[in-house]
Amino acid sequence: MSTAATAHYTSTGLDTRKIAFWAFIGSECLLFGSLIATYLSYEGKSVVGPYPGEILDIPLTSISTFVLLMSSLAMVLALDGVTKGDNKQARIWLATTVLFGAIFLGFQAYEFQHFVHNGLTLSTNLFGSTFFVLTGCHGLHVLGGVIWLSSLLIQSYRNKLGPDKAMTVEIAGLYWHFVDVVWIVIFTVVYLIQRG
Amino acid sequence: MANSHDSGHTQEGPTGLWSWITTTDHKRIGIMYGATAFFFLLVGGLEALLIRTQLAKANNTFVDADTFNQLFTMHGTTMVFLALMPMSAAFFNFIIPLQIGARDVAFPRLNAFSYWVFLLGGIFINASFLIGAAPDAGWFGYANLTSTQFSPGLNVDFWGMGLQILGIASLAAAFNFIATIINMRAPGMKLMRMPVFTWMSFVTQILVVTAFPVITVALVFLMFDRMFGTTFYSPAAGGDLLLWQHLFWLFGHPEVYILILPTMGMVSEVLPTFSRKPLFGYAVVVYSGALIGGIGWAVWSHHMFASGMGAIADTYFAVATMLIAIPTGVKIFNWMATMWGGQIRFTTSMLFAIAFIMMFTIGGISGVMHASAPSDLQQTDTYFIVAHFHYVLFGGAMMGIFSAMYYWWPKVFGKLMSEGLGKVHFWITFVGLNLTFFPMHFIGMLGMPRRVYTYGPELGLESMNYAATLGSFLIGIGTLVMVFNILKTWKGPKQDVGKNPWGAATLEWAISSPPPVYNFSVIPEVRSRLPLWTEDGMSEVPDVPPEPVHVPGGSYWPLVTSFGLVGIFVGAIAKSVPIAAIAAVVLVVGIFKWGYEPFEM
Amino acid sequence: MSDQNSHEHPSVATYLKIAVILTVVTAVEVALYYVPEFGLLAPTLLVLSAAKFALVVMFYMHLKPDNKLFTNIFWPPLLLATGVILALMALLGNW
Repeated sequence: MSTAATAHYTSTGLDTRKIAFWAFIGSECLLFGSLIATYLSYEGKSVVGPYPGEILDIPLTSISTFVLLMSSLAMVLALDGVTKGDNKQARIWLATTVLFGAIFLGFQAYEFQHFVHNGLTLSTNLFGSTFFVLTGCHGLHVLGGVIWLSSLLIQSYRNKLGPDKAMTVEIAGLYWHFVDVVWIVIFTVVYLIQRG
Repeated sequence: MANSHDSGHTQEGPTGLWSWITTTDHKRIGIMYGATAFFFLLVGGLEALLIRTQLAKANNTFVDADTFNQLFTMHGTTMVFLALMPMSAAFFNFIIPLQIGARDVAFPRLNAFSYWVFLLGGIFINASFLIGAAPDAGWFGYANLTSTQFSPGLNVDFWGMGLQILGIASLAAAFNFIATIINMRAPGMKLMRMPVFTWMSFVTQILVVTAFPVITVALVFLMFDRMFGTTFYSPAAGGDLLLWQHLFWLFGHPEVYILILPTMGMVSEVLPTFSRKPLFGYAVVVYSGALIGGIGWAVWSHHMFASGMGAIADTYFAVATMLIAIPTGVKIFNWMATMWGGQIRFTTSMLFAIAFIMMFTIGGISGVMHASAPSDLQQTDTYFIVAHFHYVLFGGAMMGIFSAMYYWWPKVFGKLMSEGLGKVHFWITFVGLNLTFFPMHFIGMLGMPRRVYTYGPELGLESMNYAATLGSFLIGIGTLVMVFNILKTWKGPKQDVGKNPWGAATLEWAISSPPPVYNFSVIPEVRSRLPLWTEDGMSEVPDVPPEPVHVPGGSYWPLVTSFGLVGIFVGAIAKSVPIAAIAAVVLVVGIFKWGYEPFEM
Repeated sequence: MSDQNSHEHPSVATYLKIAVILTVVTAVEVALYYVPEFGLLAPTLLVLSAAKFALVVMFYMHLKPDNKLFTNIFWPPLLLATGVILALMALLGNW
């Protein structure tokens, strides 16, 4: 992806796209922060069930959490491959990141349909509304990342993801890790710390 | 496809409608923002005149209650999101790259995308009028008036989705300008050498980046409640209506600083120029602006003093709000000190800037009165508040924008607007605005609530209301004078205003008016905060580039992508899955084509 | 110009070590979840996940070796988001 912003003198010597992307990550902090704030403010206030304690599956979600964490490892290894010009390493680890992301989404899809089957929908109660919108928003972000990384994987197979494209991959990595880090927070405050 | 070219020695860009539709040039995008925003300013002004006509007499029957609700909702929404913000955006676009010595913004196509999304969003929300379903629940849309139970029509859907669209435009622009200001300054243009307008705009973009995601979430909750039956704002399900108020005002208070800070920056450019004296206390003005932005994030619930938050919350928010008066007051003193001892030239632009200081101070004083929670319990939801925010937003922000228009018009268009007509515009507007809004302090204190479509004669407020209506029509006349000035200047003969008709100090005045398509033939090296007022303040910028300057071409992918994005919302509001699905495809294709298109700055 | 962007890359070995730490900490968190009557569960879990958060941000997202500018762009919104969470919980009475 050729870039307008890297061709010139810069005030900081840093990549303009990376600066813009960190600003974007800042905005995402506020986005997920508001969603989490709402979840926590409404926690324990549902008037009818199902309630978190009866329906959240900790073992299952622990596995999917682990998978997502490992996908971040795959991502840094993929970036390492691109930086070194090692196409094979780049492709293997990009594919692994995509796969792990897809597995995470698979677990989430299973979880969602299992919940719906057991009477928890978007409109059932406060827990349903806040849980599905928060984790659904996160899942959409994962999906977006999977699509983005897949397109990079395709570029790699076309031999168009050399070391000169390392910044593009680094930025995709920033996105991916951030989505992972948001999940760390969600897993802790939604699944592991239940208050009512 | 991007068709870049080398400008060679030509100064002008490509011509023709297609070149505007595909433009990625910040100067053209700025002009488009300005023209579109000005149009919406007239729309919002018309809505105001209709409101004031209805309220001129007690028990009036000019419009009914439902229509009145749509009028005040759209007046507020239009003025905030479709007039004030985009007018500032017009100046961010045209002026910031010139003030920092850059050839364009960091991401020119993203810049175009922001404009098109804004335009389509403005059309989307106003299209509601075509089906008689304009938003009608206030510009702040309190839950659960906005629920499907109490607002069954499409009005609130237009509002919620429209604001979501506009928010995306603002966020994209914010990332762009933050990257631009941090990374594209000319050599020697240290942060503390940047013009105050650029500095205030920088703080504003940081506020946008942090505040808009919150309203995004608030609106998602609202639209999901309406479309999918979620319970976010449902008291029956245990939901708290104050969740909406908190989320909205967490956005809404930074939003008012987003509205005022750029105009404070504009005035900070105009006053020194027409006082022939540098801004007094530059560093303090910059830090105060940053402090206003920072503290502005911590005061949101002063809009909620009547909602029963309890003494501790009330006290905290009252004190925090009063604290903001300090950096604000500092700026006012610095502006006055700038003029003190200067050689004042009372150009139209200067008159508006001086009026800004006076009017904003009046609005600030009533603001400090609202900051006291017990005092606000009497003032809230009355015309006293309406007086306050119109003094700061019209008497302040709008006057600042008029000042900036007269100031930078020659730079943008190579022509000076008529000073005679400008002064007529100024005086009519100045008298009109005070006649409209000053009585509202009294009307409010005497008990007239906001957002009521009529009132009884026994309140004894008819004559003051009538006076306010007269004032509003005066404002209308003043605006027409300005429109006439603009048209007359446009149609009038070519002028040769030179590079620096006002004798100003900052970089944008070092190049021709209008600037060449590539802005600077050679990127200057800057050695002073006031480059044109300082001996050896900057390196020379030749009239003709010594080597051809590469100028990026246009691209139509930003426009295509914006249609895809807005199309999804059109599908949603029309409850048509095919439309939304096709639009989603267009959006994704647009993004990929944009991403892989060769585009060189 | 891109030499300005080069910084010491953590080695593959470092990345693997961090992955191991993340795994172990997660396992500990899940194990603690099952400890009955563990009154300090919430604060402990918050500290542990904050540690995971910091590790990913500082090393996988490279903030620690990178130019301070990126850190300065990230922490204010993070602080604001945390403030929003705490303020909303307090103001809506779910502390």
